[in-house]
Amino acid sequence: MKVKVSFARGLLFGAAALGMLAGSSLSASAEEVLNIYTTREPGLIKPVLDEFTKETGIRVNTIFIANGLEERIRAEGQNSPADLIITVDIGRLAAAKDYGVTQPVKSEALEKVIPAAYRDPEGHWFGIALRGRVVYASKERVKQDKITYEELADPKWKGKVCIRSGQHLYNISLIAAMIAHKGEAKAEEWLKGVKANLAKKPSGGDREQAKDILAGVCDIAVGNTYYVSLMLNGTDPEQKKWGEAINVILPTFEGGGTHVNVSGLALTKNAPNKANAVKFMEYMVSDASQQIHAEANSEYPIKSGIKIHPTIASFGELKADNIPIAEIAKLRKKASELVDKVGFDQ
Amino acid sequence: MAAIALVVLLPLAALIEIAAEGDTEIWPHLIANVLPASTFDTLALLAGIGVVAGSMGITAAWLVTAHRFPGRSILVWLLPLPLAVPTYITAYIYVEVFDSAGLVQMVLRGLMGWKSRGDYWFPEIRSLPGCILVMSAVLYPYIYIAARAMFLTQSASMLEVARTLGASRIKLFRIIALPLARPALAVGVSLALLEALNDIGASEYLGVRTLTVSVYNTWLNRGSLPGAAQIACVMLAFVIGLILIERYGRRDRRYAASPKRHRTVHPVPLFGIRGWIATLLCAVPVLLGFIIPTTFLLRETLRGSLFDQFDAEFLAHFMTTIGLSVVATSTVLVLAVVLVSAARLSKNSLTKGSLFIAGLGYALPGTVLALGLMTPLVGIDNLIGTVWRSLTGERIGLLLMGAAGGIVIAYVIRFLSIATGSLSAGLDRVSPSLEDAARTLGASRREMVWAIQIPLMRPALASAALLIFVDCIKELPATLLLRPLNTETLSTLVYTYASRGRFEDGSLAALVIVLVGLLPVIQLVRSAEARPRVAESAGSFESGSPA
Repeated sequence: MKVKVSFARGLLFGAAALGMLAGSSLSASAEEVLNIYTTREPGLIKPVLDEFTKETGIRVNTIFIANGLEERIRAEGQNSPADLIITVDIGRLAAAKDYGVTQPVKSEALEKVIPAAYRDPEGHWFGIALRGRVVYASKERVKQDKITYEELADPKWKGKVCIRSGQHLYNISLIAAMIAHKGEAKAEEWLKGVKANLAKKPSGGDREQAKDILAGVCDIAVGNTYYVSLMLNGTDPEQKKWGEAINVILPTFEGGGTHVNVSGLALTKNAPNKANAVKFMEYMVSDASQQIHAEANSEYPIKSGIKIHPTIASFGELKADNIPIAEIAKLRKKASELVDKVGFDQ
Repeated sequence: MAAIALVVLLPLAALIEIAAEGDTEIWPHLIANVLPASTFDTLALLAGIGVVAGSMGITAAWLVTAHRFPGRSILVWLLPLPLAVPTYITAYIYVEVFDSAGLVQMVLRGLMGWKSRGDYWFPEIRSLPGCILVMSAVLYPYIYIAARAMFLTQSASMLEVARTLGASRIKLFRIIALPLARPALAVGVSLALLEALNDIGASEYLGVRTLTVSVYNTWLNRGSLPGAAQIACVMLAFVIGLILIERYGRRDRRYAASPKRHRTVHPVPLFGIRGWIATLLCAVPVLLGFIIPTTFLLRETLRGSLFDQFDAEFLAHFMTTIGLSVVATSTVLVLAVVLVSAARLSKNSLTKGSLFIAGLGYALPGTVLALGLMTPLVGIDNLIGTVWRSLTGERIGLLLMGAAGGIVIAYVIRFLSIATGSLSAGLDRVSPSLEDAARTLGASRREMVWAIQIPLMRPALASAALLIFVDCIKELPATLLLRPLNTETLSTLVYTYASRGRFEDGSLAALVIVLVGLLPVIQLVRSAEARPRVAESAGSFESGSPA
């Protein structure tokens, strides 16, 4: 009988907890709000959100959904509480538009600040910061300070390259950019070459690749710029060691620049708080928020004249590749198929 | 009855509908480049877990039941504990501890004077064997619990006769105990394998490209949700096969149920080195599945002074987790009682079919379930909204998706089969003569359910409740996709930290998940160990004899 009593008590307790939950989500009608659906972990954008609330009095609600965010907004349809999508990678931004869950925004403030290459021509999404996909090189074992993406397939690196899953969206975009530069057949050759150079089967995240360099598993790895700053400036002494083991080389395509990607914003099709959402979008390209964002996330600010995080600046000057990212987005499916075709992750 | 099955069918129907939306253009590519390797990886993973987790679980269960050896009484308590540790958390921890720059290899290098990874050999944790190890370490309790209950209820006489005839200990185990436990084993193994098959976090992180990972790649990188749904449907067909095997196994097991009470096995002491080997064999699974993960989490919590995270917000997430799990668990129990009683009292094919369909929720990966649920949930929400507006003129937005209703429904669908499996196996062992007698005495159906079936099912109910509660606390993918704004559970909190690349910062939340899960697991052990003869422990699908 003991089970039964505690069961009833537990049920009551659970119902009460849920009641609180339901109450809190329904009682928000009086004040000004903005509902953000984000594929970025909210902790990363929290400093900017807090500042926005302080300035405007608009309360920001967030939900972090790494995969399936667009599907959820589409399923929620007319009654979706979502106002704004925050996401990274051109693939995700383009997918949101293709899914029909966004609406165009016409804003001079946004168009003035954001270069045309980093926003949708029709205004469905806007990039607010950039990151480069670069080469981490062992301080101890790699002496060169220049490299091309093409060189990753050079047999001289045999058994010395580390990278996360080829199917990860960061790599898919990089491979798509390679297809844009060289065509599908050459890109396939290249990918095969990189595969042949791998020290181990692709796994882990970008930081694990730096860790593997420290451990001597490989000499060079592919990773995003901001991770290096997060490792070096974070609180974890272990990760600091990983970051200290590597130099960052900004690679380029032959005859091109460094592959960059965006983190960006999109207004949802049925945004119930549209005015607040647009206000937030414009706020995101203000000097103040661009500065906070650059500092907190170690991304390259989209606005010129904003100070780049010192760790990121120490990599040297970024010369971004010239192929518009919207073009790269169209080649993602092909890139994903190539990864399977050459058995990159096997 | 059929309505409950209908709810489970909602996401399945949605899945098939999504699959039908797309054409079959992805298949040539999949067949040429993806499926051979990922099918191999999937099968190898499942086979590996079957063997490793199976042997860990059975060996330990046999040793603690049939023998006495140093530490046995403590190990009986410790062996089921990995049940409380989520698989994805274990995967992260194992990479932290055993990877090239992890604790173990760093210490080894310091000791041996090795400079780099090339100087020595060490097994790679981010690999298929690594994944098998990680998953086996936390999934073996499903098998252990089933096998232990089975061994406990086995008649001692058969074993003793064999002993008298001079059978060696090993032979005893091989010839008598193992064949008798085989059905329970099938149940435990298939539960563990379904968990492994539906996992995405651990296998992806450890670099194993299972079919579930292919579903994700097709969906996210090739932008083909229909294609992904098609793969998911094929997998589901495969899983239904597995479930049928499991059911077949359970049907087989019925012969093992003897209505008479019998003595349990008398444990034979193992002395000297033999005893210590037994200790080792039982301690290793506990070490791998519980001690290593919890020690790591505790160390990280202390090292990062993470107790500071314990604030009002954390408490709110904690309450959300408990609240959702309690409500979902109670709902599951009520529905399962209805389903199982109905299936027993009216043996027509509709009720039987409903019972089977209710079991399918467990066969769907959490994300697939959640994606399939969204559209039907919003449909219901819109219906409610329209009615409400016509009555009051107010808009209420999305009720189920906007609050936590969606998550509860997902949990219920996903875990219903644990309860129906446990309850129906329990009731199956009760002689129908009891109900026949009641019927002769003029009892109504309702009276039979309340006065006979529910009391008889109570032990099975309690253990199902505990298992489901633990599973709800650990659930991640469906929670992630269906939760309302500003809402986190402990699992999503850990995930949030992990996706920032700061998994260690989630150690406190992960530790609390384990601790909350421990209480039910300990309760489970207590009820199983206190009344070994009735042995109504959880995964075992045992129930008391009608004494």
